[in-house]
Amino acid sequence: MADTPIPLEVHDIKKRFGDTEVLKGLSLKAHKGDVITLIGASGSGKSTFLRCMNLLEQPDEGDLIVHGEKIHFKQTRHGREPADWKQVVRMRAKLSMVFQSFNLWAHMTLLENVIEAPVHVLGKPKKEAVEQARALLERVGLSARADAYPAQMSGGQQQRGAIARALAMDPEVMLFDEPTSALDPELVGDVLKVMRDLAEEGRTMIVVTHEMAFARDVSSQVIYLHQGRVEEAGPPGEVLGNPRSERLRQFLAPKH
Amino acid sequence: MEALLAQLEAQLADNSIFTLQTLSYYGEGLVTTVQLVFLSLIIGLVAAVPLAIGRGSRRRWVKMPIFLYTYVFRGTPLLVQLYLIYYGVVFVEGIQESWLWVILEKPFVPALIAFTLNTAAYTTEIFHGAIKATPRGEIEAARAYGMSRALMLRRIVLPSAFRRALPAYGNEVIFMLHASAIASVVTIMDLTGAARFVYARFYAPFEAFLFVAAIYLCLTFAILYLFRYLERRLLAHLKPASG
Amino acid sequence: MIDLHGYGPRLLEGALITIELAVLSLILAIVLGLATASAKMSRNWLLHRTGTLYTTVIRGVPDLVLMMLMFFGGQIGINMVTDWLYDRFGIDTFINVNEFVAGVITIGLIFGAYMGETFRGAFMAVESGQIEAGRAYGMSHWLVFRRIRFPQMMRHALPGLSNNWMVLLKTTALVSVIGLSDMVRVAAEASKATREPFTFMIIVAAIYLLIASVSEWGFARLQKRYNVGYGEAD
Repeated sequence: MADTPIPLEVHDIKKRFGDTEVLKGLSLKAHKGDVITLIGASGSGKSTFLRCMNLLEQPDEGDLIVHGEKIHFKQTRHGREPADWKQVVRMRAKLSMVFQSFNLWAHMTLLENVIEAPVHVLGKPKKEAVEQARALLERVGLSARADAYPAQMSGGQQQRGAIARALAMDPEVMLFDEPTSALDPELVGDVLKVMRDLAEEGRTMIVVTHEMAFARDVSSQVIYLHQGRVEEAGPPGEVLGNPRSERLRQFLAPKH
Repeated sequence: MEALLAQLEAQLADNSIFTLQTLSYYGEGLVTTVQLVFLSLIIGLVAAVPLAIGRGSRRRWVKMPIFLYTYVFRGTPLLVQLYLIYYGVVFVEGIQESWLWVILEKPFVPALIAFTLNTAAYTTEIFHGAIKATPRGEIEAARAYGMSRALMLRRIVLPSAFRRALPAYGNEVIFMLHASAIASVVTIMDLTGAARFVYARFYAPFEAFLFVAAIYLCLTFAILYLFRYLERRLLAHLKPASG
Repeated sequence: MIDLHGYGPRLLEGALITIELAVLSLILAIVLGLATASAKMSRNWLLHRTGTLYTTVIRGVPDLVLMMLMFFGGQIGINMVTDWLYDRFGIDTFINVNEFVAGVITIGLIFGAYMGETFRGAFMAVESGQIEAGRAYGMSHWLVFRRIRFPQMMRHALPGLSNNWMVLLKTTALVSVIGLSDMVRVAAEASKATREPFTFMIIVAAIYLLIASVSEWGFARLQKRYNVGYGEAD
């Protein structure tokens, strides 16, 4: 085992919505610097899996270990819930998520969006947060739009802004939930470029995506989900280059 | 028609009605109306924030009483609420001998209570609606970034809900201004009270009521422009940039 | 049993007056509202301006002030007109303003302005393609209005209509101030006479809530009917 704790470990996560079991025991281990892509058809459970990792969905069974700290759960009338919400809050601050629909806060400027959680959740001095935010906006190519409101920016700009917001938390792991799916095709490239840069600098990332080129070129591990189970997993060259199952072959086959 | 106009003109020309004396009635009435409306709006607004949060609670025993309160106060005429509180206070056994009577003797306080309860009910529903309309994604992002419920409410939900509630709240302010006219029914000398007095004294309904209507119209426009200005300032972020 | 001190029958009569007044005013308001909406959407400058003036002024002045103006001023105004008719043409008439009629006209006039705004918004929400399709199939102007614009407009207008009705219902309480014996006036008199305001005012409040709840249910059913073809969403 390495000296530093593993950023994120997930063991045997199960999740039901009513009678249908959407996650049937999924595990994953993200070491420092890993880029793990989750692929699969819609309904395969890949987004739900990602959302279970920071407890936006409550898993019915399974364990979460964030930076060596195990999350405690308790059984209530409504099902399984985290036993200690303070722990959840602390844990979420280590995992920052980038959403499909950006979810920037509409009543704040881009800069205010980026400094919001560092100042109010992490308790960072405002001046420091602003400096850091400006540097991050520079990185994602948005310094000029710091004072714009989300509604005044294009989708691609909003998503790059949302990535800056995620980076400002200085997260252990970044979770990306189909970050390019809501974008017009011509805006996808800028966002993917930012994500490639992050991977190269050694960020730990878990990415749900339909961008096979990104999965192939950038990730260290690809997990193919089918109906809430891992169908195939491994290095991209193996999984994408030489799929074993017929289902994955069909999934990867170019659609007209 | 000409005769009608001529008659109106004559009445306006010799102007025995709008003397300094009657104008001062209107002036005092204006002050009373503004006080009554302003005070009830402020208290109602302050009360409505926690009520609106409670209204959206998952706990039935928090949510239900608030719902019942807004349902009753929004579903019945303000005049009935005013009568209930005004007569209710007056007819309480022994109240006329107690120290409270000093405050309650004047109809201003019962009217203020009725107006406050009424506007708080409407404002609660306005805020409740605005809070419910917070985009799900923004709440999710707040949770994902480790905000506690209280922090999320304070930093994300309420600031955006207040902005969204602005147009509806502007209507509520105008509604309260107009509703305050019924204060005159319980002998308060507000703007309408002044108009009724002038009407009774000179038997001149057109002059008395048209004049007061014009004052209300001006006040309404003032409120309208104030809220339009606020909306322009505070809702700028929802409009896509031009060009 | 609650002791109503013999005010029971009068309270019931008052409730009927409230309902009659509300329903008749609503009908007048809808007619005026449709006319106002048409006027405001018209390309005729005068009609457009008149409609705007009407909705702006009415919505800018308290209902009670308008009511007093109409009620106290109405009689004098009508007398002026009849005097003039007599002087000019020798026609001798006398029209007496009855409280009930004055109430219906005033409330109808007030809510006609609100309805006008509701209907205008609703008409504008109907997609122009729907109307064009009607025209393309050779429907006349009136037929397009009756078969396409009106039914589609109603779907958009119903929430506003229902809202206006609820406000109108509560506004009827104001006629008690100008002397009409609706249930609020009866209850106020009874409160003063018996010194039991809670009994009477709470009964009146309950009747208002009952009428409101029944109409809410009715509007929900209507909304369902006009939502046909738009799914259960909204």
